[in-house]
Order: sequence, then structure tokens, then C-alpha cells
Amino acid sequence: MGLNSRWSEHPRVQRRFLLFSFAAALIFLLLILRLWYLQMISYERYNERSIRNRTRVLSLAAPRGPIFDRDGKLLVDNRPSFGISVMRQDVTDREMLLQRLAELLPADPAELEHRWKEGNRFPVYRPVPLAHDVSRETMERVLEHSLELPGVLTEVRPVRDYLEKGSAAHLMGYLGEVTESELEQELFQDYLPGDYVGKIALEKEYEAYLTGHRGQRLVEVDVKGKLLRQLQMEPARPGNKLYLTLSQPLQRAADMAFGDQSGAAVALDVHSGEVLAMVSRPTFDPGLFARGIASDEWVELLRDPRHPLQNKVLSGLYSPASTFKMIVAMAAMRDKMSTVHRVVDCSGRFELGEATFRCWKKEGHGRTGLKEALRESCDVWFYQVGLDLGIEKLAVAAKEFGLGAPVGFPLPGEKKGVIPSKQWKREQLNAPWYGGETVIASIGQGFVLATPIQLAVMTAALANGGQVYTPQIIRRIEDWQGDTLLQAEPELVRQIEYAPEAWSAVRSGLEAAVNEARGTGWAARLETVRVAGKTGTSQVVRRKSDEEEEQDSGDGVEVPYRFRPHALFVAYAPADNPQIAVAVVVEHGQHGGSAAGPIAKAILEAYFDNSQSVTRHDSVGDDDV
Amino acid sequence: MFDRRLLTHFDWVLLLTVFLLAGVGIANLYSSTSGWNFIATPIYLKQMVWLCGGVGMALLICCFDYRHLEHFSIHSYLVSIGLLLIVLLLGKTTMGATRWIDLGPFNLQPSEVIKIVMIMLLARIFGRTAHPLGYSLGELWQPALLICLPMLLILKQPDLGTAMMLLFIAVSMLVFAGLRRSTLLGLAVMGSGCAVTGWFFLHDYQKARIKTFLNPEADPLGSGYHIIQSKIAVGSGGFSGKGFLSGTQSQLSFLPERHTDFAFSVFAEEWGFAGCSLLLLIYLFLIIWGIYISRRAADRFGMFLALGVTAMIFWHIVVNLGMVIGLLPVVGVPLPLFSYGGTNMVTTMIGVGLLMSVSMRRFKF
Repeated sequence: MGLNSRWSEHPRVQRRFLLFSFAAALIFLLLILRLWYLQMISYERYNERSIRNRTRVLSLAAPRGPIFDRDGKLLVDNRPSFGISVMRQDVTDREMLLQRLAELLPADPAELEHRWKEGNRFPVYRPVPLAHDVSRETMERVLEHSLELPGVLTEVRPVRDYLEKGSAAHLMGYLGEVTESELEQELFQDYLPGDYVGKIALEKEYEAYLTGHRGQRLVEVDVKGKLLRQLQMEPARPGNKLYLTLSQPLQRAADMAFGDQSGAAVALDVHSGEVLAMVSRPTFDPGLFARGIASDEWVELLRDPRHPLQNKVLSGLYSPASTFKMIVAMAAMRDKMSTVHRVVDCSGRFELGEATFRCWKKEGHGRTGLKEALRESCDVWFYQVGLDLGIEKLAVAAKEFGLGAPVGFPLPGEKKGVIPSKQWKREQLNAPWYGGETVIASIGQGFVLATPIQLAVMTAALANGGQVYTPQIIRRIEDWQGDTLLQAEPELVRQIEYAPEAWSAVRSGLEAAVNEARGTGWAARLETVRVAGKTGTSQVVRRKSDEEEEQDSGDGVEVPYRFRPHALFVAYAPADNPQIAVAVVVEHGQHGGSAAGPIAKAILEAYFDNSQSVTRHDSVGDDDV
Repeated sequence: MFDRRLLTHFDWVLLLTVFLLAGVGIANLYSSTSGWNFIATPIYLKQMVWLCGGVGMALLICCFDYRHLEHFSIHSYLVSIGLLLIVLLLGKTTMGATRWIDLGPFNLQPSEVIKIVMIMLLARIFGRTAHPLGYSLGELWQPALLICLPMLLILKQPDLGTAMMLLFIAVSMLVFAGLRRSTLLGLAVMGSGCAVTGWFFLHDYQKARIKTFLNPEADPLGSGYHIIQSKIAVGSGGFSGKGFLSGTQSQLSFLPERHTDFAFSVFAEEWGFAGCSLLLLIYLFLIIWGIYISRRAADRFGMFLALGVTAMIFWHIVVNLGMVIGLLPVVGVPLPLFSYGGTNMVTTMIGVGLLMSVSMRRFKF
């Protein structure tokens, strides 16, 4: 014992005790220094990470702005839809899950698999949508089985609701998921993958107005992501309201009148250029896109030979045919005022050198003046007057009336059409101009091409005394609280000057065409309002020989659909105080008066709210070339 | 056997320090498990029961003269080795490791028992043979063999943490017993050699832990999750902490094993640098006090015994804190008196009992 005690008091051992104490203190100091580093120096960093750990930002979808017609009737709205999504990180057995879900929905497991794969570009914490817009029953069925479906969520999402279905679909456009290349653009900087954006037409062009401002909730979650409480809330701001110039009753009437036929129709307010109706047929249901269009449906739309996805009002190119005659008459009167009294003897044929041009009426119109030529659409009168006038002067007049150049409609895709001239032919075809080409241009055939909206602008300018307006579709934009953000004003492009006699001569010709006996536009006649109009029948293929023509005209119904001529009709009303101008094209409709006339009439009828409409006189209208 | 004079020398300082630390630990457990409404008996209550049992055990041990232990140490050692062998053969396997012997009402963990027994045995060896100039390498074969046998058995379980603890305790006692410079050098060379070869014997999960320690961000949701979440908890505590019951990392369950090995993270988050420093000072005081007891011990066996127990507590603290604050790889070592768990509480309190026993009998009588 004594020895032991002495050993412990040995200075060397005493030093060891001291050394051990110091070593312990030193190691503790090291720990404290580390704590200092973590808690004092790196505090900001770790604190931020701890906040990020426990908080989640949940975004609140903002309802997209609704679209109304000019009188405030709702055309496009949002409705809640139920979607089935999956949180990938919570899924252990993907195949089993998709199989089970496919039975419940029901859906094709391969389709679900495909959707899952598509979702791989989302960040992991974002649910991948597996089914869009399912019924309430389906959603409830999935909820009942949620225990067997770990990671599957049901989500409520506002989806675009096109109340008028396919009506004006080309104008409204549709939505689709934002693409990666769009996301790189500045316009889409606040968008997230999976968001829906306007893909064409108004939905696209007015995206910035229509899209709302997403809100967000800052919530606290536990480690399992379970929501514990809300820390902050910024409500979503709905998109702005678009008031169109469109009138829903007119639009409906026009759509109804078309039936199964394809073609285009547009109605303009004569004094402002506001588009009152815009129809392109056949159409499609933009709602298909809202819920995610199936690829076979899409292919079907793309392959349809009648081009349902094309807005024919803006991009359909047609020979204006006889509707062009009003321009020829105007141009000729500007050239020589005496044209008003010009009389041409129509024998049914017109000879120029070797060539023979025929009037649509084989036996001829006999001695024909300007008014009769317009009323009965005598081709020979216009062959002669056009030839005397020359293509250059005709082209200038046509361009003044808005043909041959885009009219400036606020949606892209507008075609500019063709108003030929000597210079144009040299540039485009590197060939000289022939007199015969002037002859057929005078009845709106040959190289002349125009879009329905150009024809409507032309007709409106004729009706209002030469004011060419830019067609407008947006009347007003309001924010969701009702404050006006934008109020459209009429945009006068130019004022065309003609002698007053010129205006009245052509107008009375057009009025006669609809209202007088032997008028070609009889089918558009209204009892209460006097309508002025002009028919047109546009050749689709050039006839090879006179023999063929004779067969065709003898038994027109037998002509294969795709070779049948397009039927055109342009009109304005009332004749003495014009308010509305209409242009209608029925593709392969054969006869301008009988096919396109009734549609123009239906639009005008709706415009004047003419409930006691006159009985239809389909058979009275005669066809012309 | 019990001398009334002993009462006057009772080490109140040690007991109070232990109560203070255990009290803070229980309050911390109360906070870290406050969201747990799925268990019948709250964790902090269970820990209180363990503490009471532990203190009772410590008081019982301190009544018993530690000097008798010197004679039992060899038998105890042999029994412990036997138990370790039984564990390997018929032990209860949880989470891939075989560490427990099922004794009905409770599980016996022989690797904990061997810590105390090892300290007793080494105290006996170093107490009896004095080498004033320090041990030479050749004189160390006997203690080295006695250390290596249980270490290998524990490594086989596998339990790297406990094996390392055993090594740290033994080396501490050895260094205190005195080593020649050449011995130190030789041990260092052998140690690094063992570390390199040892790497190849490590289990994959153990290698992963070490790799994770070196670069936790490589697998933030996998093996790096513990350490990252723990560092976030500690770091976000700042100077004054988020307040009792207000640690978001722990209250929202981001922190795994927050009532056992990572209990200190919860404390650091809620009490901040100020609280941590204070707690560490109390722990340091416990260690210094242990060394002080060792220094005042009546005999060499008592001195080494007290030093060994102190080393055991010290290394547990250092390794646990080092792991929690990202200085050491994650090895399952609890923080004495702070982490929840009966086994650790019992081992620590047996150690405390031995310290008290040595402390009370510091005067020769």
C-alpha cells in the first residue's frame, strides 16, 4: 500500500494526471470549437436548410380568364376537374400499382406507364398526372381504394370549359402543356412544367392577359411530408376577362346554317371592323385538348382532308369569282364615269383573238347595263369592261379595297391572297401578261385569290362608302375585379374616294341581285330588311374542254365532291343604311346563291333578330360563273 | 463490511453532477419525444425509471469495497468471454447484428459487461506491476492479448463502436500506466498497419459509414441522411437555440434516432451554442472529477479503476458528440446519461458506483 501511494505521488504520475486532465479539456475545447463553427459561423446556412426542410411551397393554380361575347355572354370558362396523379417517391411496386389503378379507372396500363415515363422530366417532388378529368365516381372509387394505392393522389384542377364546343374554336384556340422550349422563353419564366398554356389563336395570342398569377401557400410539413399548418398564404389572382366583338347568337346561327358543309363565314360591323361572327367548318372541340388529347384523335384531326384545324376565314384562299365584279365595276367607273351607262350585248360568248370566253348563261343576257350585269352576274359585260380597263387599274382598285394584302386581323396565319398585275406575273412566273388573263381576272378567276375576311372587308368598305377598317376581335379586356385594361377603338386603314354615282350604281346593282326578279342572290333576301349582296361560284379545277363543261353543267350533282366549285356569297344590310357585312364560302357548295346565300341570310337574320323570317327560296337562286 | 465513517466521505459532488446531467438528459428526451403519442409509457418516464434503478445500483456498488473486485477480475473476465461466445453462437439478432442474450424479462449485452470487466482486469494488471520507466513492447504481450480477445469477438458481432470503445479505454489506461517512447512508436506503426488491413475486413455498411463521414452530401437521402440532418439541427440552433420543445428538426421528425444516439442534436437545436457549451463544461467537470478521484485513490488498483471508468465515460462522450457534430463517422455510441437506453444507463451507473466506491475509500483505513 505504502509503495502504491508513493507511486501515485510520484511527480511523473502527478504529471500524467495533469496531462490527462489537459488532454480531456483540449478535446472538449475542440468539440466546442466545432460547435462554434456549426452554430455561430455556419448558422445562416444551416438555419436556411432547416427552414427548407420543414416548409413546402404549394402552388395554387390561378383560374384562367374567361372569354365573353360582345354582350357579356360567357363563351369560355373554367370548371373543376379531377385528376389522378402519383407521387413517385412513395411508390414501391410501380407495376402492381399501375395495374391496380388501370383496373379501377379503367384505363390501359400501357397508357399509364407512358404517362409515368413522360413525368420523368418533372422534379421528383412533383406529382405525375396519370389521368385527366376523370368523373366524380371514378375519383371516389380511387379514393376508396387509396390504401392499396400508396402514393396515388387525387387533385382538383381548373380545366378550360368551351361552352360553345366547336363554335368559333379556331378563334378561341386551345390549351396544351407548356413545352420545354417555351419554358426557356421570357414570356413563360413564371411557368412550371406541366402548366397549360394557349397553343393557338386567342388562347395563345392573349396568353399574357388570360393566364392568372399563381398563388402559393407556405406550409409546414413533417418528415413524411404531412401537412401540419399553414404559415403564409398568397391567394391566386385569376386571369383577365376577354370581351370579344363576337356576338354569340350570330355565331350560333352561322354554325347552325353550315350544317355538315365545310367552308368559312365572317360577319363584320361595317362602321368599326368588329368581327361579329367567325366560322370555319368543319371544326373541332377545343375541350379535347383541355383534358389532354389522345394521339389518335390528334392524328385524325390532322389527316382530315377537310382541314378542321385550319381557320379558313383567315387562311383559306379562294377565287373570289363573281363577288369580285363589284371591284371591277368600281374601278371601271373611276376610269371612265361613262361606264355607268355602258351597255354590252351579251350573246353568251366573248371572243378575244383565238380564244372564246363564255358567259355562265349559254343563251346570253342580251343588251346588258351595269345594274343588270351585277344583278344577273353577266360575265360578258365584265369581260368587256375589264379588258377595256386593263389589269393594272383593276389591281390598284382591288388593293384599295383590302385585297391582295393581309387585312391585319390580330391573329397570326392570315394569308395575303393574290391580286395579279403585269409586274406580279413577271416576278412570280417570269412570263408576260396576256389579255385573256385580264378577261378572266375580271370575273374574279384565274390568278385572283382572296380570303373570306378580305372579302368581308371589301364588302364592308363598299357598304360604308370606302372606309377600310382593320377587323377587330377584342372589344375590351377587364381585370378580374372589373377594371378595364384595354378598350379597343376602330382602326381606319384608309378612306377610298369614288364619285357618289359610282357608289350608288354598284350598291343598287347588289341590292337588285338580292331583291329583284332574276337576281342571283335571291336566297339571302329578308322580308324586313333590304339586303344587298353578290354571289360567286369559284372553279376548283380548270375545265379541260367545253365538252366536259357541258356534261358538268348538265348533271352537276354527279361531279366528284373535290371537283365541285366553291360557293361564295358576300352581302351587307340594310341596303340603305349598312350596318353589317358578311362573307360566306361553302367549299364545293356548287352554287353561290343556293349554298352560301342561306348561310349569309341566317347570319343577317340573327343580326336583325328577325324571328318572322321569310320562307326560304332556295330554288330561286340561279348559279353563275 | 459497511463502515459508518464512509458516509462522511460520500462523494456528493459526483452524485449531484450525475443527477444534473441525467436531469437535463431526461428533459431533453421529454422534448425530443413529445410528439410520440403512440407509445403507452413516455420515453422520458422510462428513462427516469432506468435512472432510479441505475442510481440504486451505483449506491449498492459503492457500499461494496472495490478492493474485493481485484480478486474477482479474472473470473469475471473469463465469464464475460464465455458470454461473448454464447452471443456469437445463440445470440438474438436485430438489424443484422448479434449483440444480445435473451434472458426473458431483459436482454443482456455482454459487450457492455466486458467494458467494466476489462477495466477491472487492466486495473489489476497495471496496479500490481509498476514499471517506473514505462512498459516496453515486449512487456505488453499479456495485456495486449487480454484486450484483443474480446475485441475480436465483438468485431465479429459486428459492433465496431463497442470494439473501438474497448480499445480507447485500454489504450488510455495503458498510456497512463506508462509507455516507453519506443513502445509508443511501435504501437503507432502497428496501429496504422491494423487500420489499413482492417479496412478490408470491415462490413459494407461500416465502410459506407466511413465514406459517408468523409462526404455525407454524396448520398443525402441514404447513408448521409443522419449526419446531414444532425448537422442541420445543430447548426440551426445558433447561439441561443430555438427554445425548449421548439426544435423543428426534432419536433417534425427530420432527425432520426433523436432519442438515442442523436439526443444531443435535439439539445443543440433547442438550446444553441450557449446551452451546448454549458453542457459540455458539466461533462468536462465530470471527467476532471473522475481524474481527481483517481488521483486521490487509496491504492493503485483504485487509481487505475477510477481512471478506466473515467476514460470509458470520456470516450463515450467524445465519440458520440464527434459523430453528432460531424467530426467522426457514425458509430452507434450513446451519450452517457443523455441518450435513452437502459443498457447504457446501467453500464454508466456501475462505473459511477465504482468511482464513488473509490472516492469514499480514498483514506486508508
